[in-house]
Amino acid sequence: MKKYTFTEKKDTRSGFGAGMQVLGQQNPNVVALCADLVGSLKLDAFIKENPERFIQCGISEANMIGVSAGLTIGGKIPFATTFANFATGRVYDQIRQSVAYSGKNVKICASHAGLTLGEDGATHQILEDLGMMKMLPGMTVINPCDYNQTKAATIAIAEHDGPVYLRFGRPVVPIFTDPDQKFEIGKAWMVSEGTDVSIFATGHLVWEAIQAGEQLEAEGISAEIINIHTIKPLDEEAILQSVAKTGCAVTAEEHNRIGGLGDSVAQVLIKNQLVPQEYVAVDDSFGESGTPAQLMKKYGLSAEDIVAAAKRAIARK
Amino acid sequence: MEIEQLEKIASQVRRDIVRMVHGCQSGHPGGSLGCTDLLVALYFERMQLKEEDGKGVFDMDGTGEDLFFLSNGHISPVWYSVLARKGYFPVEELATFRKLDSRLQGHPTTHEDLPGIRIASGSLGQGLSVAIGAAMAKKLNGEDRFVYCLMGDGEQQEGQVWEAATFAPHHMVDNLIAFIDLNGQQIDGPTVKVMNNRDLGAKYEAFGWEVLEITEGNDMASIIKGLTEAKGKAGQGKPVMVLLHTGMGYGVDFMMGSHKWHGVAPNDEQLAAALAQLEETLGDY
Repeated sequence: MKKYTFTEKKDTRSGFGAGMQVLGQQNPNVVALCADLVGSLKLDAFIKENPERFIQCGISEANMIGVSAGLTIGGKIPFATTFANFATGRVYDQIRQSVAYSGKNVKICASHAGLTLGEDGATHQILEDLGMMKMLPGMTVINPCDYNQTKAATIAIAEHDGPVYLRFGRPVVPIFTDPDQKFEIGKAWMVSEGTDVSIFATGHLVWEAIQAGEQLEAEGISAEIINIHTIKPLDEEAILQSVAKTGCAVTAEEHNRIGGLGDSVAQVLIKNQLVPQEYVAVDDSFGESGTPAQLMKKYGLSAEDIVAAAKRAIARK
Repeated sequence: MEIEQLEKIASQVRRDIVRMVHGCQSGHPGGSLGCTDLLVALYFERMQLKEEDGKGVFDMDGTGEDLFFLSNGHISPVWYSVLARKGYFPVEELATFRKLDSRLQGHPTTHEDLPGIRIASGSLGQGLSVAIGAAMAKKLNGEDRFVYCLMGDGEQQEGQVWEAATFAPHHMVDNLIAFIDLNGQQIDGPTVKVMNNRDLGAKYEAFGWEVLEITEGNDMASIIKGLTEAKGKAGQGKPVMVLLHTGMGYGVDFMMGSHKWHGVAPNDEQLAAALAQLEETLGDY
């Protein structure tokens, strides 16, 4: 298995902030909007350098989505930012009508997704956002794995014409991808090749999958690990090529098992090549308060859970 | 354009509206008839639009021209008719309203590339936010054109409207002129009974808007005068809200003043009775 090491851990939201700073310098049409969470979204550098292109919306997310849609009509590229819960579920109809159905070039950028925002608890821990966003026709859905990839994705989506949901988070996670990577929307990234089981992971669970791959290797099992940073459009070819080789699949995501990456992969497998699949995801429940590490363990999202799922998948071959 | 000419266009638009909703036996004639005079005044007299040979020319960005947003998208018949009569698309296409494979969807959409439409609307309460964003883009682009937005009075019950109402004065979006169609009716009955909005003028004033009223919202001269007044109040740091008093169903006697014609189509007999009251001035489609 390919070796991955890291020297630093950082939050993916800081990767977003760094990407926004670059965009502020490079693209005069990029406008940032935020609903009273500037510090949490790491927008300080963008705002300092481009005060005229920052729009404070206050605690009014529905209006923020509408204003963003309107800005596109004058050729602006609005990045509407807040916590994932308020960026999706709270404003689903605004996104559906004013952004997705209207085909507007709005980038919905959401921090604090999933359980691992931690102590704030279930009111803020949305686990349904990927599902809601991927169901919208025309919506691109991206969930990068570390600081560097989030920064690269942030820069890349400004070049993409159409609505995008970009998801990132609060916890610090290892930085293991190339700082100079070119982010290709819709193109899965081969993390490590293997022959016994395919692990399709998204977000910071890619790092958990790498750790799981090392544990499996120690037990003589060869895992192929693929980073599905783009949930939609899904890289079906990469998935099918991998399972053609391994004959079974594990999906890993910080999301409800209903409606997330697992279900997207399952659709591809059902239609093309039926192989056993195991889910590593939250089992249709809300979260709770705790530290990110405690919650990952309690809700079954850690490397150990991926190892167990891989063994179950292999046993079903 | 002379008042008399505008009134002639309005008469034809009203004919289009009742024929469109009759043609598909669905749609919303009441609010459409009530707002006919405003939309005709905006598109044929007041808005600065990109035109070639008197016909509207559409591009999505709308750079350098005034923009109009319809937040209460259910009154799509009046907008479609005005856009067609302004030359954005052939008037014959009005016959496809609400039918399969039409660009004239029940509620306005950009999805079918109908010239003149820049945002989907229908789910209420969203248009004011969109109009504010478009107005801010004009400011960011260094433009001095205006953005107009029409909402319903029942629509004022949506919470998002008040998020937008707070936001626009805070950001001094003073190139925005919004209207509330005060016809006093909504689907379930008179607005005061369903959910009393109380004093909308006082509310918007308290939120930081310039507020003015057009008490005769179906009188072309009054509308033109009101629009001039509204433009005079714009550009001074505050968004402008116009309370437009209209009659639901105006122009067709049996449809007037009742919520019953909010979303009901006339039958053949009612269509004939309606058309007998509306002069055909530009030729039916």
